[in-house]
Amino acid sequence: MSGPAIGPMTEPGPHAPAAALSFRDRRRRMVSRVMIGGTGVAAAVTVLPLLLILFHLLRAGLGSLNPEFFTNVPAPVGQPGGGVGNGVLGTFILVALAGAMGLPVAIGAGIYLAEAEGGRMANLIRFVTDVMNGIPSIVIGIFVWAWIVVAVGFSAFAGGVALAIMLLPMVTRTTEEMVRLVPRELKEGALALGFTRWRTTLGVVLPAARSGILTGVLVALARIAGETAPLLFTAFGNPFWSSDLGKPIAALPVQIFQYAISPYEDQHRQAWAASLLLIGLVLAVSLAARFLIRSPYRSR
Amino acid sequence: MQQTYSGAPQPAAPATPGAPAAPQPQAGQGAPPMAIEADDFSFWYGSARALNDITLRIPQKRVTALIGPSGCGKSTFLRSINRMNDLIPGIRHDGDIRLHGESVYRQGLDVVQLRKRVGMVFQKSNPFPKSIYENVAYGARVNGVARGRRDLDEVVERSLKQAALWDEVSDRLDRSALGLSGGQQQRLCIARALAVQPEVLLMDEPASALDPIATQKIEELIYQLKDHYTIVIVTHNMQQAARVSDFTAFFYIGQLVEMGRTEEIFTNPREERTEAYITGRFG
Repeated sequence: MSGPAIGPMTEPGPHAPAAALSFRDRRRRMVSRVMIGGTGVAAAVTVLPLLLILFHLLRAGLGSLNPEFFTNVPAPVGQPGGGVGNGVLGTFILVALAGAMGLPVAIGAGIYLAEAEGGRMANLIRFVTDVMNGIPSIVIGIFVWAWIVVAVGFSAFAGGVALAIMLLPMVTRTTEEMVRLVPRELKEGALALGFTRWRTTLGVVLPAARSGILTGVLVALARIAGETAPLLFTAFGNPFWSSDLGKPIAALPVQIFQYAISPYEDQHRQAWAASLLLIGLVLAVSLAARFLIRSPYRSR
Repeated sequence: MQQTYSGAPQPAAPATPGAPAAPQPQAGQGAPPMAIEADDFSFWYGSARALNDITLRIPQKRVTALIGPSGCGKSTFLRSINRMNDLIPGIRHDGDIRLHGESVYRQGLDVVQLRKRVGMVFQKSNPFPKSIYENVAYGARVNGVARGRRDLDEVVERSLKQAALWDEVSDRLDRSALGLSGGQQQRLCIARALAVQPEVLLMDEPASALDPIATQKIEELIYQLKDHYTIVIVTHNMQQAARVSDFTAFFYIGQLVEMGRTEEIFTNPREERTEAYITGRFG
């Protein structure tokens, strides 16, 4: 009992019999349990909103879901019935348009950032994409309005551009990260065989990063599919069937917005149903992304 | 010209203590012509000097082992031969390395062409996430070694046979290469390098991640391949160097301490440091 304390944690007190836990030990154990329990509660609270949203949407929107809802255009104001078929089509067209314009650029930029690593230009671009990621989507809408809509009018094209701008930073950064995850050895193996850098990237690095990039792309597409603000002054919305890229086009989120602010009870119900439909589509895409996340490094 | 090079500059003087003996395999009668010649080659990563005036000769169609403790520069030297270090930012070199008389650092040299002539096998096997067939065929196709399915089939079969892998995989060429065992993957990587028909094969600790049986297969393979290729192998395993190589070069802290016939290096080294390393007193 006379020696110095072995470590700062041991209490050389006479009140601590060797076998039993000291008060201090018990308190430490308690604190640990409480903290771990706290993180568990936080995790549960995190998923709670999704469950509540799904529950509420099912309750409020399921009743209005019927075949007509998927295939019809909105009924004239004040009349019951009608659907959001044109909105579903419009959202698909807008997302496809945004993908066609934004994905090649974003994936190319992501490869550039991954290859250039710490170059000054790369760091600048990386910083700019991070800033872009933080731009409020309504600002992007106003920007596209000022540059495109003012010149050529409300159109599906303008909506596609706005969504493509949203897509760029998201897909650029995920592509960069996925390409960086490809083992350096694999890249060196290709280069050592006498491949050019371009061939190495296209033939070896990209295929190895493919599933990760695809996942990032799907998540980003799901994200922009639900955007409302950038479409308000660009795609504008359209109560009729339209697939003309030069004309205003309907979009599911915009329809939800318009129904929700309308004074008619029936349109409120349709807003709930359309929300349910939209979240269903987004969830389906997210689930698809999860399946694709499997790495090619596990043998088939 | 090659002849004058291998003859002239090295009086092999172990008499001067401290100075690394200018090492060279016997350049006398019947000595093979040189595949790789380095002259006062130095290399820096940023401001850190990794190689210090390396001068050595690597003979054709022989196995040359580079040995030395970790961080001694042997891998850096190996990767300088096919310029794999070019990828690293902030590198610098001085002096020259020649491949069959032609400088690999001369201006205007096409690195892609160089790497076609100098194949490389890495410490960690790195097959492409493709089929076994594609792994071997891809490089051959890209480099124009073979065109058309027939040609390619032939190249793939020959390369896999050369790498002593054909019998194990001939019935599942279309399966993913990632399903092979570590030793098979490494032999696949060797087949992949051979398919491009290189002159020199660089091996960076090719067996260090393998079990003894797979290691033995790789060593037997090296033994068979040296009739056709110049092989340079970096290894941490002294027994391996003694077993597979004809010549051995001992590196220490960025310097070439000595180089000579393997049996001489292992039985009768000229340098105190070589003996100390080989007998396990450090490293």
